[in-house]
Amino acid sequence: MKRLLWPLLVLAALLAVNLFFTPSFFSVEMKEGHLYGSLIDILRFGAPLILVSLGMTLVIATGGIDLSVGSVVAISGALACLRISEDGGVFSAVVLALGLCVLLGLWNGFLVAGVGIQPIIATLILMVAGRGLAQLIADGQIITVNSPSYKVIGGGYLLTVPFGILLVLVVLGVTAFLTRRLALGVLIESVGGNAEASRLAGIRSRGIVITVYAFAALCAGVAGLMISSNVSSADGNNAGLWIELDAILAVVIGGTSLAGGRFSLGGTVLGALIIQTLTTTIYSVGVPPETTLLVKALVVAAVCLVQSPKFRDKVFRRAGPRSSPRPAAEEKVRVTA
Amino acid sequence: MDVPAPVLRMSGIGKQFPGVRALDGVDLRLLPGEVHALMGENGAGKSTLIKVLTGVHPADSGTIELAGRTVSFAGPLEAQQAGISTVYQEVNLCANLSVAENIFIGREPRRRGRIDWKRMRARAAELLRRLELDIDVSAPLSSYSLALQQMVAIARAIDVEARVLILDEPTSSLDAGEVRQLFHVMRRLKEEGIAILFVSHFLDQIYEISDRMTILRNGRLVGEYLTRELSQVALVSKMIGQELAELERLHGEARTFDRPLVEARELGRTGAVEPFSLTIHEGEVVGLAGLLGSGRTEIARLLFGADHATGGEVAVGGAPAALRTPRAAMAHRIAFCSENRKRDGLIPDLTVRENIVLALQATRGWTRPVPRDQQDELVGRYIKALKISPPNPDHLVRNLSGGNQQKVLLARWLILEPRLLILDEPTRGIDVGAKAEIQRLVTELSDGGMAVLFISAELEEVLRLSHRVGVLRDRRLVADLPNDDTLTTDTLMETIASGGRA
Repeated sequence: MKRLLWPLLVLAALLAVNLFFTPSFFSVEMKEGHLYGSLIDILRFGAPLILVSLGMTLVIATGGIDLSVGSVVAISGALACLRISEDGGVFSAVVLALGLCVLLGLWNGFLVAGVGIQPIIATLILMVAGRGLAQLIADGQIITVNSPSYKVIGGGYLLTVPFGILLVLVVLGVTAFLTRRLALGVLIESVGGNAEASRLAGIRSRGIVITVYAFAALCAGVAGLMISSNVSSADGNNAGLWIELDAILAVVIGGTSLAGGRFSLGGTVLGALIIQTLTTTIYSVGVPPETTLLVKALVVAAVCLVQSPKFRDKVFRRAGPRSSPRPAAEEKVRVTA
Repeated sequence: MDVPAPVLRMSGIGKQFPGVRALDGVDLRLLPGEVHALMGENGAGKSTLIKVLTGVHPADSGTIELAGRTVSFAGPLEAQQAGISTVYQEVNLCANLSVAENIFIGREPRRRGRIDWKRMRARAAELLRRLELDIDVSAPLSSYSLALQQMVAIARAIDVEARVLILDEPTSSLDAGEVRQLFHVMRRLKEEGIAILFVSHFLDQIYEISDRMTILRNGRLVGEYLTRELSQVALVSKMIGQELAELERLHGEARTFDRPLVEARELGRTGAVEPFSLTIHEGEVVGLAGLLGSGRTEIARLLFGADHATGGEVAVGGAPAALRTPRAAMAHRIAFCSENRKRDGLIPDLTVRENIVLALQATRGWTRPVPRDQQDELVGRYIKALKISPPNPDHLVRNLSGGNQQKVLLARWLILEPRLLILDEPTRGIDVGAKAEIQRLVTELSDGGMAVLFISAELEEVLRLSHRVGVLRDRRLVADLPNDDTLTTDTLMETIASGGRA
């Protein structure tokens, strides 16, 4: 996997920085039958972002983009918490919330593939309207719930491992199975690579695009449950705020082109982990809070540059000695009179 | 015979790419007032030579002299300033800008820092008059035909006091009338003393317009010849380096076809093609001839369900069929290789393997992947049968040459074992060797019982392969002629010109 080399190096570098500032960074210990440690925290807190990014990867691979996932995160949490606070049935609340998310995803897909609106505009509608919908569901309040079984989704443990991490593994496994073992992946890449040619090859691109948006919304819905469950409350205003941008970033860092076509699930997971590790690093290194965003932006810019083969070519080749002298280049003669 | 001093002389040009010796000691000279054809198969080094000349790539060895002075360009802009202008195959203009803006883009005439629109339009009109074109220069470029856009590109190229004009496959998307118009312009420029370097895959055009030619093979110079002294057969054998087994009329004995496969009755689409009736029998090759834009592609797209018909009906195997989508047509085992393989055919980011199995995968849906060993078997078989090169199924399709991309597209449809294969310009822009292979394949397939609808701008080719030829003119199917001994390119041309009824 040559494509994953650079994201891996970046992640390793970030972890090394952490190790330098916090020598105990890599230690994972068992407390009361649960795994604890900074690495576990990165995975646990990064879980929602990984989920949203997985959905985003497939959307971007079809040549689209989904700006509404942050709002879907909020809607999902708000609806689940509302139902639980009303009658306490966790299972039905979760099903209802995820069902609504799929519906919203289908709406996005319908706007993109059925009506033909550009993805960025089509999903902008739900991005804006969805925040309103989340607030409407929560009646403008922050809904607090007190349900131990709901708390498990984001804050619980199973077999000593945080439940959220297991959930991510399951979703990742299912996604990988659908796209790589079954043929969904190659059809998505085909639609993203050349939509008209795909249609003429007999691919039902419309169905695939709609599926992908529904899947992205479903992933965002699960992430929304996770986030609200972790804090036992739903905040329609702030839950999942800007997570769509982090997710897009994770996809790009993972090596999937925004133009569509080839995608890499592994790369996306790495990308999300890089972003989460970066957030952790900024706190552990002790960057003053008022400059964290700036530092984050600088690191992300550097990561993106390092990943670009063109940029590496320019910088590293220019810095080092020429590997092979080119006689013609030296003989170059300007127009002589 | 007295030969004027060459305006441009390239000697001993060498160029090495990673793993490939693209050019090796190539010489080229261009004389003023001559059209010079640069000939060679795909991959022979024509494009590389042009790129070295215009400064896109630096040469590894050799010298370039322009009017006796040694030059070296850091880029196309410098080359243009020195008087070497290039017009590429794909028109690289901005369709949304006006004709005048396109001609002067980047060097608009200015007055006190602002663009002098009036002067710009006047000069653009003047330039185009030099090419004997009288069009509204303030209209957007997209409102003109591809041929006119090509002319606008040429007008832009020669405005900068060009001494050398390079035309890289300018005719590949033009029809016969437009080609004539282009040639007219080329002759005018020639009279003005401009040296023209012309690249085309159409041998007839080469013989019509060029005075002299340089032939390349595998990055090496074969030689420079006067066009009138070199026969077409000799040219082809020099290009491919061996004697070409002449493709005679490939369907020797007269066969009769009595089992209709696809019958279109009064099928039509408003604005695209007028209602036509056409029957294609099993094992029959039906050719479609006509000028570009005469409705050839439109017929193909209707029969494949790529566009909706606005009237008429289709029967497949005797039963009425609704070909509303490509999927529906594929269910009737109709396959369609589009003329525009970049836009409507290949997925450049996917591998050869993925592109080949794509249509098969599409028919199975995403829940039933084509098993890996079946993929290997199918892909391996067709890479071998069609001589796809490089024979690596995991190579990205974008890195293949045009001819090999065409073969990948063909393979995609052949593995579906269609009953009707629609080939729209399958040999356009590909080299002589690959062309012959594809033609041979068409005859083999039809001998095996497959029906083929064969569309080509080259009448020769249509005649050689088809059992029957449909002639189109102005979006109407005007004639349906059996291809017997009396049918020649001349009669076809007359039919196209007269519209069927003389």
